[in-house]
Amino acid sequence: MITTDILIIGAGPTGLFAVFEAGLLKLKCHIIDALPQIGGQLSELYPKKPIFDIPGYPSVLAGDLVDNLMEQIKQFEPGFTLNEKAETIQKLDDGTFIVTTNKGTQHHAKAIAIAGGLGSFEPRKPLLENIAFYEDKGVEYFVKDPELFRDKKIVIAGGGDSALDWSIFLADVASHVTLIHRRNEFRGALDSVEKVQELVHKGKVHLVTPAEVIGIRGDKHVEKLDIEINGTHSTIRTDYFIPLFGLTPKLGAIANWGLEIEKNAIKVNNALDYQTNIDGIYAIGDINTYPGKLKLILCGFHEATLMCQSVFNKLNPSKKYVLKYTTVSGVDGFDGTRKEAEKQVVKAIE
Amino acid sequence: MNEVTIKITDREGAVHEVQAPTDMAMNIMELCRAYELAPDGTIGVCGGMAMCASCQCYVLNDVELPEMGSDEEAMLSEAFNVKKNSRLGCQIPITDSLEGLELELAPED
Repeated sequence: MITTDILIIGAGPTGLFAVFEAGLLKLKCHIIDALPQIGGQLSELYPKKPIFDIPGYPSVLAGDLVDNLMEQIKQFEPGFTLNEKAETIQKLDDGTFIVTTNKGTQHHAKAIAIAGGLGSFEPRKPLLENIAFYEDKGVEYFVKDPELFRDKKIVIAGGGDSALDWSIFLADVASHVTLIHRRNEFRGALDSVEKVQELVHKGKVHLVTPAEVIGIRGDKHVEKLDIEINGTHSTIRTDYFIPLFGLTPKLGAIANWGLEIEKNAIKVNNALDYQTNIDGIYAIGDINTYPGKLKLILCGFHEATLMCQSVFNKLNPSKKYVLKYTTVSGVDGFDGTRKEAEKQVVKAIE
Repeated sequence: MNEVTIKITDREGAVHEVQAPTDMAMNIMELCRAYELAPDGTIGVCGGMAMCASCQCYVLNDVELPEMGSDEEAMLSEAFNVKKNSRLGCQIPITDSLEGLELELAPED
């Protein structure tokens, strides 16, 4: 079982920065995220877009902000459970919590900070009647292990970066790659589009556009896909169907934890410390709601800071808290490193 | 304040006639959110970047709209419940020329 002081659900900017503020108070953190990568909406939706309203940064690319936050919290050695969704929360008699993910990983924590953003990102599934039956029987929404497709026939559907990137990668793994899209135009990084173009010319990727998968067939596993191309129907034999239509955030399990939910967000006590209706569970960042709430990254940073103070006070009721400034006290990491201001030179002039 | 009247049918079938300001650099998606025509979290999920299709709407009458850009076309080509008269609300700025526009919100994904 993973043990920590604050279990943070969500590895977006708010969840990441919370590690820093917690670290200043000597509190350890562990982060769970449903995606295989950190960064939340920034990494998933707009890594290359500039953000203009982060204080101190006239302009910063979303992906760079995530990198900077990771650099900032490195000293506090946060643990990560990625690619897993927090599913159940159990409160123990001593007031601590056990959070279990959909893969059974357990985390024991003294407090929980839900920094879930808009909810966990889930794949957008094609509207095919029987698709649920074929999930894990040939339909894959993520490429978790490329070796699964070695020497197999695969069909990738989609028009964005994911579909392009995986077509490129799996062209050297699968025995046959077909890329299907409703349009002839693809929306992705220029060099990915060009690479796929090259692979198509070399015959390593078979391009079928404008087309759409309209049916899946197979007894116990995917065997064939029904395709509509320009009004005519045809069939493709395949071992795997990989629809890559992007991800969409869903509140998911968060809705089942006994928290007060309003407008698809978690109600918190904003007059004090962003705690929810359950003692010891906080909600910070886009996932919470209160009168006057603004879903801005900088607001998430502020809420994370106050949340950490509250956790510190809860865990140390007899200690008097003294606010320390990083310029004065420096920052001592859990890894033994120390950041501090250079000492001023005091020297007499003869 | 300059305003235009726009009729929007929400996902429950209720018709709302709203006054949309033309001088606030708002778009249709933001208008729907301001008037709470769809629950928070079910419209404008990507913030208005044409990267989700939660603001998809069907244009019900002949009011002329700005031409669809390539981002909007690309997003609609991957969306569900798309019809010939589909547009993304976040890509339609509210201007005087939208007077009398009638829209229907597309079902949630």
